[in-house]
This record gives sequence, C-alpha cells and structure tokens, in this order.
Amino acid sequence: MKFGVLQFPGSCDEVDALQAARHVGDAELIWHAERDLRGADAIVVPGGFSYGDYLRAGAIARFSPAMESVIAFARDGGLVLGICNGFQVLCEAHLLPGALLPNANLRFTFRQVDLDVVQTDTPFTRALNGLARLSIPAKHSWGRYYADAPTLDELERRGQVVLRYASGHNFNGSLHDIAGVSNESGNVFGLMPHPEHAVDALTGDGSTDGLTIFQSMRLAVEEGARV
Amino acid sequence: MRARVLIRPKAGILDPQGAAVERALPALGFAGVANVHVGRLIELDVDDSSQLDSMCERLLANPLVEDYEVQLLS
Repeated sequence: MKFGVLQFPGSCDEVDALQAARHVGDAELIWHAERDLRGADAIVVPGGFSYGDYLRAGAIARFSPAMESVIAFARDGGLVLGICNGFQVLCEAHLLPGALLPNANLRFTFRQVDLDVVQTDTPFTRALNGLARLSIPAKHSWGRYYADAPTLDELERRGQVVLRYASGHNFNGSLHDIAGVSNESGNVFGLMPHPEHAVDALTGDGSTDGLTIFQSMRLAVEEGARV
Repeated sequence: MRARVLIRPKAGILDPQGAAVERALPALGFAGVANVHVGRLIELDVDDSSQLDSMCERLLANPLVEDYEVQLLS
C-alpha cells in the first residue's frame, strides 16, 4: 500500500501527511510539476497555502500538472484525500461539491475540534471500529463550507456528509456543520481539520484519532475498493 | 484591450468582510451605511476580449459563490 502526497509551492503539512501515511504504509512526496503519480494506491492533497493561495485558496493549484493526473486518477476510482488546503483544491477542481469561504469570524483559528462521524462505511472511515467521534485539530482561516440549498439537500440524501462538527465545535460557520464531504461515488473525500496532526500520542493533545482515516484508506485499498 | 473584472460574493451568502466594514463605518461617525459587500477587482490587458467570460468561469471567479462583471475599458 503506497500513498502519494502532493507537494505544492506553499504546502506546509505535506511532511506530517507523509509521516501519518507511513504509520500505515509506504508513502512518498509528489512535486506539483510532476505528472507521474508513481504507482500510488491513494493520493493525499495536503494542507498549506498552495501557490500562496493567491486569488482564492486552491484556485491555482488545481491547474498544476500533478493535479491533472490526480483528477484522472479520481475519475478512474482512485482514493483521494484532501486535507484543509487540499480540500479547497479538490473543491476548486470540482472533484468535490461546494466551496470553502472565509471563516464567519474572519479569524485564523487553531483549536482541537470534535467531529461526529456521520458515515462509517466509507473508504475513509471504515477502520473507525465504532468510534463515533474524532478529536483532531483544525487550523485555518478559509474553512466555512458552503454549497447552495439544492446541493446540500443532495449531499444529505446521498450520504455524502461524512463528518460534522460536534455541537459547539463549528467555529467557522460551515453550513449544516459540515466538516468533511465525499464525492458521489465515495472515492474522493475532503475535510478541513487535520487528521495527520493527530497520529502520535506524544504530540498535540495526545489524540491519535486521525490515524483511523489513514488506516481506513489502507483497508479500502487492500479490499480492492477502487469504489 | 484593457479590461476590468469585478467579482462580488453572491447575494444571500454570508459576507463577513462586508459585515465587518459595515460595523466599522458607524464607529468612525459615518451614519446611514447599509448593505456593504466586499469583492475583488482584477484589471488586465487582453488580446481577445471574447475569452474574458471563460477566464472568469474557469479561474478569476468561482461561479459557485461569486458573481462577476466584465467591463471593457478601451
């Protein structure tokens, strides 16, 4: 099982994503200018400020050569996880519905958040083993999830809302308390909080809940779940 | 050709920047200010102005959350 972790100019969480992925499998970085995904079984689009977040967060990264390959990989059923800026990139690439807007409080906010697991049978949550709530950090200023009302209805109806901020934890003003969504076929998933920062009991507040996302992806790949 | 693209948050979407400016103006003594919205301005020279709409749709704006208006200046 091999993860490919994209690296853009301005990425800053790619090394943590690489380390988190290495807890469950092999992993290597893929520079944004490369088209070759190096045989990766799953792709992580990491957090940071790709291309300086100029224009809009994720707007320019979406057109990079590596992302063109990731779009084709996703369309072919490959697993793609977008974290924070990576989530923004996947929305800009139209691999995920909706958009991320500036936090309602207009502040960069860093805090540990509780997330309710809405969908447990996805390639990104199936290793949770009954864990109904994840505690992982969030740190962003553009994390307010928005989609128009018909789209939100569709997301709810199809079960694409995978994670929600627990009561009192939706600090950014996301509609329907959405913290993480998948695409319709379930192989692309994005979330604003950072599972890769919650994989080691010695760091952060000691939660290792983030590891379950990476373990789920490994499980999905091993089960041949090119969904 | 010189062109100007005005980009605004779509009506009905929470615009916290606009709200913050709207609160700040009365604090400076400017009364009677309402419906403030903050957007972006992009000015550019283009050879083919017929491409501007496509540029807006694909990159300059995010049509899911923003409206855009193209003005040709010369």
